[in-house]
Amino acid sequence: MTEVPEHLLKRSAERRAALGAPPAGGGAAPAAGGEATADDGSKIPAGLLARTGGGGGAAATPATTGAAATAAAATAVATAPAPVAKGPEGHTQRLLTVVKAGSIQDVKATPTDKVHTWPHLLIGEFIACLACSAFLLVFSAMVNAPFLAAANFNFTPNPSKAPWYFLGLQELLTMFHPMVAGVTIPGIGIFALMLAPYIDKNPSSKPEDRKFAISLFTLFFMFWAVLVIIGTLFRGPGFNFTFPWRDGVFFDL
Amino acid sequence: MARRMTGNGNGNGNGHRATPAERLAEVGEKVRGSQAWASIFRPGSIFRKGYTDSPRNRSYVVMNSLIYHLHPVKVKRHAVKVSYTLCLGGLSFFLFLLLTVTGIFLMFFYRPTTAQAWNDIQTLETSITFGLLVRNMHRWAAHLMVLSVFLHMSRVFYHGAYKPPREFNWVIGVILLTLTLLLSFTGYLLPWDQLALWAVTVGTNMMGYTPVFGSQVRFVLLGGVEIGGETLLRWYVLHVLMLPFVIVIFMAIHFWRVRKDGGISGPL
Repeated sequence: MTEVPEHLLKRSAERRAALGAPPAGGGAAPAAGGEATADDGSKIPAGLLARTGGGGGAAATPATTGAAATAAAATAVATAPAPVAKGPEGHTQRLLTVVKAGSIQDVKATPTDKVHTWPHLLIGEFIACLACSAFLLVFSAMVNAPFLAAANFNFTPNPSKAPWYFLGLQELLTMFHPMVAGVTIPGIGIFALMLAPYIDKNPSSKPEDRKFAISLFTLFFMFWAVLVIIGTLFRGPGFNFTFPWRDGVFFDL
Repeated sequence: MARRMTGNGNGNGNGHRATPAERLAEVGEKVRGSQAWASIFRPGSIFRKGYTDSPRNRSYVVMNSLIYHLHPVKVKRHAVKVSYTLCLGGLSFFLFLLLTVTGIFLMFFYRPTTAQAWNDIQTLETSITFGLLVRNMHRWAAHLMVLSVFLHMSRVFYHGAYKPPREFNWVIGVILLTLTLLLSFTGYLLPWDQLALWAVTVGTNMMGYTPVFGSQVRFVLLGGVEIGGETLLRWYVLHVLMLPFVIVIFMAIHFWRVRKDGGISGPL
C-alpha cells in the first residue's frame, strides 16, 4: 500500500496557496485555469490548461481525504469499480507537464541534405582513381625517372641537392647554422602544425571570420613554396644563385 | 521461369529440353544458393540477392561490403561535390595503394646491396618487361603523393576542418605527412646512383645536427658513420616494411576518425 506522506501533501497545499491557486475544490478550477493562460501568455493551448486546472482541482479533492482510497481502489478493482474522477468537459486525463521539443530529445531543426554513397560518391571516387592512374601511366610512359651513374663516393656532383621537399631546408642552410636550419626550424614547424587546432580557438570556419589564421597559413605555405622553388630552379654549382633560363636547371626529381 | 523452378536437370517431366540460357541460369542459381557462396557474401549483400536500383539496394551496396569501413551509407550532398575536397585525401590513399602495388613489382627485381642495387635497377629498366614503366610510375606516384598530401593538408586548413571535434585527426594527419616524407626519402636512396647517394648525404648530414644526440641519430640511421651497404639495407627495410606498416596503422586511425568525428566537414 502506497500512501502519499502527510508532509508532502501539506507542502503541496502550501505551495498551491502561495501561488494563489484556488483551494481544493473542483468548482472554481476551470475559471482559474483560464486566468492562468491569460496571465503567463505561454503557448500552451487554453483548453489544455483548463484541463490541468480542473484536473488539479479534481485531484486535490481526494488529496486530503481519498489518497488512500484511490490506492485501495487500484488494488481492489475486482471487488468494486474504481471511482472515475471526471474533470471539466468530461476529460478523464489531465496535463501533468509540457515538455518542449529539444529539452529531452535533440531535435534537428534542419535535416541535412544527404545522398547515397553508392552511386553518388563511389562513382566520383572511382573516376578520380581512374583519372589519376591514367595520368600516371601516360606521364610514366613519356617521362623517365632519373637514373644517374652508379653511386661514387669519390665524385661529389656539384651541386648536390636534397629531394625537392627538403630543398626549403637546404635553402635555409645557406642562411643559418645547420642546427637551426636543419633541426630547429623544421622541428618547430611540425610541432606548430600539430598544435594548430589547439592554438586556434576561433570556433568559426567561415573565411571572413578567420582572416588571421588564413593569412598565417598562406604565409607559411608560400614561404616554403618559394624556398623550394628557389632551391630547385635557382641554385646552380656551389649552390650559388642562378637563373634557370640562363644556365639551365641543376636538378633531378 | 516456372519450368526452371520445377524441373531441375533431368527430372523434366513435360518433355522440354532446357535451353543453354536456362541451364546457365540454373547453374547460377545453384551457385548463389550454395554454402560456399553464402559464406563469402554476407546476408543482404547484393551478390546474394542481385541488384536492382532502389534506395534499399543502394544502402546494401555500402552496408554489406568492405566499403562500410570507409563510408557511411549516406553522405552530405556537398561532400560529393568535387570542388569541395578535390579528392585530395582519397587520392593520397589511392596513390599509396598504387605505390604498394608497383613497389611489390619492383621488389622482385631488386637486391639492396651496394654491389647489386644499381645493376638491378639498370637490368629492370633495360631488359625486364614493363620494368621501366613501373619504376617510372613508382617514382612519379611518390612525388605526386607528397604533393597531394601537402595540398590535402592545405585544403583542410583553409576549410577550418581541423576544428573541434576534429583536432586529433589533424594531429594524425601531420604524423601521416611526416611519414609520407620519410617514406619518400628512404626510397630516394635505393637506386644507389649519384642522385640517391648525394641527396641522402645532404639530408642525413642535417639530421646529424640534432641537439644532444645528433651523432647517435645519424649513426642509427646510417648504420655506421658513413653511408654504405648497411645504410642501404637499413633504408630498404624502413622503406618496404617498417614505414608502410606504421603508416597503415595511422591511416586506419585517420579514416576511422573521419567517420567518428561526423564525416567530412561541413560547407563554409
